[in-house]
Amino acid sequence: MPTAKVNGKEIEFEAGLTVLQVAELAGEEIPRFCYHERLSIAGNCRMCLVEVKPGPPKPQASCALPAADKQEIFTNTPMVKKAREGVMEFLLINHPLDCPICDQGGECDLQDEAIGYGRDGSRYAENKRAVEEKFLGPLIKTTMTRCIQCTRCVRFSTEIAGVSEMGMISRGEDAEITSYLEEALTSELSGNLADICPVGALTHKPWAFNYRPWELTKTESVDVMDAVGSAIRVDARGGEVMRILPRVNEDINEEWISDKTRYVPDGLMRQRLDRPYVRVDGKLKPATWAEAFAAVAGRIRAVSPDKVGVIAGDLQDAESMKAAMDLFSALGVKNLDCRQDGAKLGYGPRESWLFNTTIAGIEKLDRLLLVGTNLRKEAPLVNARIRKAWLTGKLRVGVIGEHADLRYSYEYFGAGPSSLQKLVDGEGDFFKDAKGAAIVLGQGALIREDSSAILNLAAKAAGTFGMTAEGKNGFNVLHTAASRVAGLDMGFVPKDGGRHVAGMIAGAGKGEIEVLVLMGADEIDTTALGNAFVVYIGSHGDAGANRADVILPGAAYTEKPGIYVNTEGRVQIAARAVFPKGEAREDWAILRALSEHLGAKLAYDSLEQLRAKLMANHPTFGQVDYAPGAASAAGLDLGAFGEAGSLSDAVFASPIDDFYLTNPIARASVTMAECSASQAQALGRLQAAE
Amino acid sequence: MSVRRLAKEQPPSFAFSPDSMEKVNFWLGKYPEHRKQSASIPLLWLVQKQEGWVSEPAIRLVAEMLSVPVIRIYEVATFYTMFMLEPVGSAALIQVCGTTPCALRGANDLIEICKTEIGPKSHLSADGLFTWEEVECLGACCNAPMAAINDYYYEDLTPESFRQIIADFRAGKKPAPGSYAGRRSSEPAGGAQTLSDASLYDGSRAQPLAKIPNAPEPEPKPEPVA
Repeated sequence: MPTAKVNGKEIEFEAGLTVLQVAELAGEEIPRFCYHERLSIAGNCRMCLVEVKPGPPKPQASCALPAADKQEIFTNTPMVKKAREGVMEFLLINHPLDCPICDQGGECDLQDEAIGYGRDGSRYAENKRAVEEKFLGPLIKTTMTRCIQCTRCVRFSTEIAGVSEMGMISRGEDAEITSYLEEALTSELSGNLADICPVGALTHKPWAFNYRPWELTKTESVDVMDAVGSAIRVDARGGEVMRILPRVNEDINEEWISDKTRYVPDGLMRQRLDRPYVRVDGKLKPATWAEAFAAVAGRIRAVSPDKVGVIAGDLQDAESMKAAMDLFSALGVKNLDCRQDGAKLGYGPRESWLFNTTIAGIEKLDRLLLVGTNLRKEAPLVNARIRKAWLTGKLRVGVIGEHADLRYSYEYFGAGPSSLQKLVDGEGDFFKDAKGAAIVLGQGALIREDSSAILNLAAKAAGTFGMTAEGKNGFNVLHTAASRVAGLDMGFVPKDGGRHVAGMIAGAGKGEIEVLVLMGADEIDTTALGNAFVVYIGSHGDAGANRADVILPGAAYTEKPGIYVNTEGRVQIAARAVFPKGEAREDWAILRALSEHLGAKLAYDSLEQLRAKLMANHPTFGQVDYAPGAASAAGLDLGAFGEAGSLSDAVFASPIDDFYLTNPIARASVTMAECSASQAQALGRLQAAE
Repeated sequence: MSVRRLAKEQPPSFAFSPDSMEKVNFWLGKYPEHRKQSASIPLLWLVQKQEGWVSEPAIRLVAEMLSVPVIRIYEVATFYTMFMLEPVGSAALIQVCGTTPCALRGANDLIEICKTEIGPKSHLSADGLFTWEEVECLGACCNAPMAAINDYYYEDLTPESFRQIIADFRAGKKPAPGSYAGRRSSEPAGGAQTLSDASLYDGSRAQPLAKIPNAPEPEPKPEPVA
């Protein structure tokens, strides 16, 4: 390996690194604005100047200079300091220095570096340049006079998000960052623009002037807006979640999060259920916990267990599902289901409902077939990862299902299951010579009548094309609900003749189900529940609460510690950032309290005891931050996935109609509503143009 | 240079004429399929040759023809001041050089004339006949002051001659380009002053060369070994 000396300290490095990276290896911090590890190198801010020997006797931009063997790098000489001070002075000529009214204040790269390299006063008496504000949609606020033209936003939108919508127009002093004719950005990842902006030019519009970063309590947690389980940091002030930012997790979200994950917190302060309600004479009346429990227990005790149903929603934590399962199983209830959308999963081996390739594993693939999924809506970060792999030129993507703009090019094989059948039968050469092939089955393919057959066919494809072998597993199911894999892992599905969700709804309509417990389940048809007595345990007043006869107010995902299992089967523990609203309680505690009223007291008094029981009964929950991936790929029986059967001709459709409004929290959020409207407008414009 | 923006009023559409299309195909043919965007500047220039300026529909069409995001073409069109983003005068686009040599030789007077005869800088005149703008050095300093009008250089201008040129354009005439001081290209005023010796041209100075300059030296003989 080549070696270099950084400030006299010898260090080995891999060939191909830049001087900046080598200096970082040696522990030297180099100031930078335009350079970003995950973006291409621009080299236009000039802040990373260093002195390099051998070489011309002038400062060099370290981010764009390849490191060479036997190079001597100096990052702290007087020449370097003076050069950086010069750059800083130039950057500040036109910077407005409005830090006191800037949302970036306190977490601004320019502000931080100015402490090290800035002058205490300006030598410029001339007017600063003025730049018109730009409109970039409902999420990104611009203050373009603050822009230092690092072009990180242009590179992010082009390279990571895959939407070439931003650019730098004009030149020299008049250069400005804008989108074409100031149209709103159409990416699901646009919020990251404000994160990568090193100054306050792009900030978060929904949070403008709401907080100062140093006032916030930071809690590291896990996102539940989709089944990807992005690493997030929840920043709260008092009882309010002020913002959600991404954390770095190379296995899942790298350092990006989707707009829904980021901007949903305003939904946490609206439509909240903050006290129990009981329906009296057709109207929901506030009640005490004791009254509510008495009403629920009275009804459940009065009917036989086969007339009780429990449906777990998409945002539910594993602990509350475990508590519900333990409680209602003890009562003899068999009608338990965590699959609101009716996905036909959960009966074969665990691999049959996991994303076995793992998200990071996508980068090792050379063929990827997407079946019945629109990844941009269902998992934008998985889509970004596919785009990243596709950009290297090694990955060929094929699609069966919706013909959507996925931000990368793909081969289109058809819209329905028959196209998959043809591929399996050997038509075409998509999988020919593939070394790492994978198939992704979306929920669009799994919520149909013939889903068992499709699941079986997809597993057959995985077998036929050698996707599954020692050390690799190319069979993947992509979930859309954060709670789903945990539910399937613990067996929160009807057994021994119990009813599934559709059966429960139909039964309620016919009077065969008399008590229905909805745990945050709002995506079912609540108008078809007939005269059933509906108990809603959840945080938001949405469809479920609207139909409920008793409301037991629960905690939202930022308000309770909870275990979530993402689509890869990775167990992650979310933390509490704020306390539940009003009289609301954590969901497992509600069920624990209810169990006493039902005379079937649950055997745990604390979350720790509940977790211990969960991990004892279902050992996979003990493997925190671990995704099994290909661990069991060698002996996998792909024939046990689903059941062979006849396929229908119906085309695949994504279960997600509107990316921004998929769950009760998002539907309560004003920001998400604005995004949805903006998206609809953009769609209308597109259709008008065609 | 000032802040450059697309014109407020835009035509509904743009299409290349058959003549332009021939040239477009010539340029597209020069680049491989996946490097089509190399033709961005030639295509924008053809747009400008055809219409006199680059409109928003034209930018979109060029982007579509080259399979690049429209923002990339927008960047190019706003980067180069050569591309006019507003309609230009039907009679003449006058680009007066305002850089130091021309300024010393009276370009400021020409600019004053433009202001009074035509109107404000960089915008279409009220009658739609003229657009004038001040540009940086056009490389004809020895003929200062000068202006580029449409595709030609008009040099050694005086306020009188410049005024006359504008009047001629206004009248629909095409004044001759070149020097207005009665000299050929950038010869000294009053004709050539040097290289006038007739012997330079009659061949009498030609002499056989004694030695070809810079020819390699014959290799020195090696020292005899003692």
